[in-house]
Order: sequence, then structure tokens, then C-alpha cells
Amino acid sequence: MNPFIERIYNGLIKENPAMVLMLGMCPTLAVTTSATNGLGMGLSTMAVLIVSNVIISLLRKLIPDEVRLPAEIVIVASLVTIVELVTQAYIPALYSALGIFIPLIVVNCIILGRAEAFALKNPPLLSAFDGIGMGLGFTFALTVLGAIRELLGAGSIFGFQLLPESAAVGIFIKAPGAFLVLAFIVAVMNSLKVETRANEMVEDCDGCCASCASSKGCKDKKEGEA
Amino acid sequence: MNLLLIIVSTALINNVVLSQFLGICSFLGVSRQVKTSASLGGAVIFVMTIASAVASLLYTFVLKPLDLDYLKTIVFILVIAALVQIVEMFLKKASPAIYKALGIFLPLITTNCAVLGVALTNVQNEYGLVESVIAGFGTALGYTVAIVLLASIRESLDEEAVPAPFRGAPLVLLAATLMAIAFMGFSGLSL
Repeated sequence: MNPFIERIYNGLIKENPAMVLMLGMCPTLAVTTSATNGLGMGLSTMAVLIVSNVIISLLRKLIPDEVRLPAEIVIVASLVTIVELVTQAYIPALYSALGIFIPLIVVNCIILGRAEAFALKNPPLLSAFDGIGMGLGFTFALTVLGAIRELLGAGSIFGFQLLPESAAVGIFIKAPGAFLVLAFIVAVMNSLKVETRANEMVEDCDGCCASCASSKGCKDKKEGEA
Repeated sequence: MNLLLIIVSTALINNVVLSQFLGICSFLGVSRQVKTSASLGGAVIFVMTIASAVASLLYTFVLKPLDLDYLKTIVFILVIAALVQIVEMFLKKASPAIYKALGIFLPLITTNCAVLGVALTNVQNEYGLVESVIAGFGTALGYTVAIVLLASIRESLDEEAVPAPFRGAPLVLLAATLMAIAFMGFSGLSL
């Protein structure tokens, strides 16, 4: 397969960041109260991810290894600030719906994880496609999760009323609904024998940050215990 | 009185994990045993309280006067990362006993979005120094309560015969669902 198309397929299906790698759980659970919010969060993250992948890939030979992480964090945080200001100026409704989760894109494991796992080792164009693939995968997962919760909790998808409001169960768009819907999604994937990292996620800190910068901390911890 | 309200509101009504969805990674990942989750909770209380104070001071005396509000995300994340390193070095020298109990969790906390989240929320709510520290402490207390509760539920679930597809992550998520429903009850406290 063409390596660029392979990157898209990898991000969208094979290594879907939210549903297979179980990264970025905080925004995945928090902002999926409607399909629109899920889509908005996914696109904002994708914008940061593509640009950060390209910049880090361009600078990969210039950044000394010792200051790699701080350098990456500054790049990502600057991009997030730009996205924050742009959404605040042009899409104020989305800005207030996502609230604090826009600045928190900085600590989204997917961004630093892809920088470490891919952009630092690959040329810019391929890294951009990796960002597009992973970003699409994240957007797809968040939109689907948002659509499910919106349909069950408010009877609508993207604001279009599909079910009578009396059939809606409000809890699905409240906090507990996020955990509940994710529990059933993982259970369905378990019974279909889809390989995901969901069960590792609850067994050890490695499960949540394995491909992330913080995995070093987890490994130190294990070696310390051994 | 107002400060007490901040503690109740941050720890229970707007619980950081169960209603704000911050720090989910460690909440799900480090909740296998009550003992470890209590230590993690202790480390989070320690770091979050200090980080809230430092972030609030920086914002009030450096960023605000210089009109650099928009740099807060960049500044806060770097300060928190540096702070955790300093706390780690300090504890190692000053109190080896505490370091032994909490030290292994400190690197984990750097990427815990709850710490950055609290610093940003404090700015959004226009809290002063004292209010920020109290809010940071209350949020961390809420985190500790939630993770210790989840760990005790998980410990007693270990022996149960659960249908295969629900073993592992789905069961933990279902436990979190029920806890979140219970914590929704606190929103009835009209403060």
C-alpha cells in the first residue's frame, strides 16, 4: 500500500487513538455530550496534531536529545494557544462548549505520543499524513461517541431531532453516561475479539501512557520496584 | 465561609474525575489497590496545592501586569513540569520517608491533566492566591476520594464471576458510572 494512504488507514482503523490505543481519554469522555462537540474537539486536536507533527519532524535533527521533551511541549503549547485564540474569535459557540479542554489539548497523550513515536523519526510529509490519519481517527471516534450519547440522551444527532424527547434518557449526556457508553463499547469490542489496549489501560499506568512521553516515568517506577 | 464552599464544591459537587473528566488515565490505571491509590492521592494533593499557589502567583504578578494572559497555557505547563522535578529533588533530600511513599508517582503527575486543569480553572474563576490554593487542595482531595473509592470497589470485585466481555476495562468503567451517578447527588446541595 502507498505509505501515505497506509498512514491514514493506520490512524483511522488499525491504531485508532481513542478506541484502540485508548489515548486522550479525558476529552473523549468529557466533550462527547453531542456529535457537534465531539466533531469540534476532534478537528481542533487534528489541527494541532498535523502542524506539530510537521514542525517537530522538520526540527528533528536540530533538537538535542536532552531537551527533546521541553522543546516538544513548547511547540505543542504554542500551537494550542493559536487554536484557542482562533476558536475564541471565529467559533465562540464551540469555544464555550469545549471550555477548558481546548487548552488541555497540550497534555493530550496523542500529540506528544505521535511526536515521540513518529514525527521524530520520519520526514515531514509522511508525518503530516500520520497527523491527518490519527486526527481523523480521533475525530471519527469522538463524533461517533458524541452521536450515540446525543441520540440516547437528547433524541437527536447533530441537533436534528430523530426520537421524541420523551424517549430520551438524560443521563447519557450527563457525566455518568460517558463512562457507561464507553463501558459498553469496550464490552462489544471485547466480545467481537477486537484487540484493544482497553484492558491494559486499567491494569497499570503503562496502559494509559505507553506511547506517551510519560512512559519513561512508568518504566522507572517498575525498575525501581523490581 | 466562602473558602469552605470552595472545598465542598471542588471536592464533591464538581468532582474532578467523576464530573470534570480530568486525570482519567491515572484514575483508571492506578486504582487496582487501595494502598497505591491512596499514595497517589497523597502525591496529587501535595503537587496540586503547590502548583495552584505557584500558578496563581505567576499569573497575578507576572502575566497579568505584562499583559501576557495568552501565554498562560505555555507558562503553566512548563512551570508544573519544572515544579514536579523540584519537589522530587527536594523530597529526596529533605524527607526520604515521604519520597519513598510518593516519589514513584511524581513523574506520572506531570502529564496529569488535572493539575494544569485546576491552574487554568482558577484563572478563569478569577481566584486570588488563597482561593486558588484552597481550590487546588479541594480538587486534589476530590481526586483522592474518588480513586480510593474506585480502588476499594475494584478490590472487592476481584473475586466475582463476571461475563467474559465485561472483564477488565468495562467493569471498571461501570463502577465509575455508578460512582458518577452517586456523586451527581451532591449537585442537589444548593450552595
